[in-house]
Amino acid sequence: MLNIFSEAWQALLNFFGPLALVLVVGLVVALTYVQINALFLVWLERKVAGHIQLRIGPKEVGPFGVLQTIVDGVKLLSKELITPRPASWLLFVLSPILVFMPVLVPFVVLPFGENLQIRDLNVGLMLIFAFAGLNVLAILMGGWASNNKYALLGAVRSVAQNVAYEIPLLLSAMSVVIMANSLSLRAIVEAQQGLWFVFVQPVAAVLYLVGATAETNRAPFDIPEAESELVAGFHTEYSGMRFGLFFLAEYTNMFIVASVATTLFFGGWRGPIADGPWWFLAKVYLLIFGVIWVRWTFPRLRFDQLMNLAWKYLIPIALVNLLATALILKLVR
Amino acid sequence: MLRKTLTDDTFYLNMGPQHPSTHGVLRLLLRLDGERIVECEPVLGYSHRGHEHMAQTKSYLRFMPNPSRMDYLAGLMYNHAYCLALERACGVEAPRRAQYIRLICAELNRIASHLLWFGAYLLDLGGFTPFLYAFDDREDILAILGEVTGSRLTYSYCRFGGVARDLTPAFPQMTRAFIAKLRARLADYDTLVSKNIIFINRTKGIGPISREQARDYALSGPNLRACGIGHDLRRVEPCSVYPDLDFQTVTTNQDAGIGDCYDRYLVRMGEMAQSLDIVEQALELIPEGPIRAKGVPQEPAPPPGDYQFSYESARGLLSIYLVSDGSRVPVRMKWRTPSFSNLSILPLLLPGTLVADTVAILGSLDLVIPEIDR
Repeated sequence: MLNIFSEAWQALLNFFGPLALVLVVGLVVALTYVQINALFLVWLERKVAGHIQLRIGPKEVGPFGVLQTIVDGVKLLSKELITPRPASWLLFVLSPILVFMPVLVPFVVLPFGENLQIRDLNVGLMLIFAFAGLNVLAILMGGWASNNKYALLGAVRSVAQNVAYEIPLLLSAMSVVIMANSLSLRAIVEAQQGLWFVFVQPVAAVLYLVGATAETNRAPFDIPEAESELVAGFHTEYSGMRFGLFFLAEYTNMFIVASVATTLFFGGWRGPIADGPWWFLAKVYLLIFGVIWVRWTFPRLRFDQLMNLAWKYLIPIALVNLLATALILKLVR
Repeated sequence: MLRKTLTDDTFYLNMGPQHPSTHGVLRLLLRLDGERIVECEPVLGYSHRGHEHMAQTKSYLRFMPNPSRMDYLAGLMYNHAYCLALERACGVEAPRRAQYIRLICAELNRIASHLLWFGAYLLDLGGFTPFLYAFDDREDILAILGEVTGSRLTYSYCRFGGVARDLTPAFPQMTRAFIAKLRARLADYDTLVSKNIIFINRTKGIGPISREQARDYALSGPNLRACGIGHDLRRVEPCSVYPDLDFQTVTTNQDAGIGDCYDRYLVRMGEMAQSLDIVEQALELIPEGPIRAKGVPQEPAPPPGDYQFSYESARGLLSIYLVSDGSRVPVRMKWRTPSFSNLSILPLLLPGTLVADTVAILGSLDLVIPEIDR
């Protein structure tokens, strides 16, 4: 029996080549993980929100309501996919797919553990940011194609916000890259052997977390979908699983930015004892918990205030921080 | 109604009647230049039920349940005002105990109304959590009012010449416990919301109303007091047993006050604290005695003539104008409700602000649309 498996494995290896196989298996695992992660995060969000708000959150389906999200997912799947008549059909249908595709790619380079990484690319960090940038294009497409004024306003806001907040995000990540001397995520984690970068680069860490919250459209920066102003923002016209894909992408994005934060600033898979992926996951979910906490505590910023925050404060601070890091490193080395 | 002109870059946005922030069925026609508002026109009438006409078709007694359906968030105050108006028209006075009971319930209702406003306003600004806290507090009030009146939202508890039932034995203790709880909560709200930088940025300097504008547009209630005009009918034209009670009229600083959203917020929060004081004092002062005036007819029939009565409801000046021909059915009953005037200033405030400010300004005026439409 075992023989057959190992022979089949050998045949596959010969056919695809080892790297391609790892990639395929890795992506399948990643896709599965994305679903489970989203299910868990939605449950976590509702549960945490419930407890913050004097409620208890979901509790009926499964122990502590953990299966609630699955039931909701089934409901979403069974809903009719409505395409508004004046909408631009092709773009409207493509948008949720395009929003979801790029969130899978970063899983290729995320270092969950020392040997738990699909591929360690030497431009890993760039890859993540490049694909994170695609997200906004799909949102603009969806908002535009819906032919709805609220959706358009949401999409326009989203573009302005993402463009503004990607800059401090990248700049703060660059400070870390300079310190680690590499864009490879594994190398960045290795560079934090002694001291996590959050202690060396506290400003960059704060900037990154603020930028990441804005990048994932989370409160208090949830301007593109501000429900009290724009009904539901760019996804006003989306129903069923098309809406579900936006939702899935949002929660996966949360996971990705938290993973990148863990890698860049919190020592990745390293912990005080027993290094391993469990430390990585613990840190990621702790960060996400923080983001959820913030969401349910603060009111929403106004659009122009959000822009001011990015262009007048975050970007200059990030630039100064980057220059200072470069200068000090030049002097020390 | 705004006409479509395609000569410039502006476009029209129809906000409502189904929109999460218009609270009910208000429709706003906005002309936008990007996100900036050029023009605004509120459209009303989606919740018109013809209460005033209903009043002309049935007797005073049978109209009793209607007033609390006009402003369903401060139903007891409308009920109270209606009874006071009838009593004044007929020259009847309710016993002291009944007056105190009514006043306590009305003030509790005012707190409930302001609490709901507080929650809904923060919801408009994107903070979801305060909404549920406010509802938790409001739930206590509804339980207390339910205990004494038997209903939770639309009350017909006050009667011509008294109240329907006496206080239950549990009432004073429940109310005192609630007062202590809400005082602690108000302190929490102060630290969590009033001092929150995002909240301050969203409300300070937004939608300012000058004193002259407030007078011109006949604003009333907290909206007027936030402009620095300390006009409160409970003090200016006291009815019931308000003169016996010691409380402050909450206004903003006369010099610094510019009547913006933040001032309106502070005034309402201050009024809640004052109402708590009123209820606490009234609970001490409440005398024993009958709860219904003796020898008043079941069906009131004011002598011929016209009568006018004003009352400070949670949202401002509530005024009832009655024309009677001596029968049990009114010839005309006109209700002047505060939200109509409070809404009428909106087209003045909005131009030049952003879409997000629309929500902040609209919410800060504390409108109840069915009360405008009636």
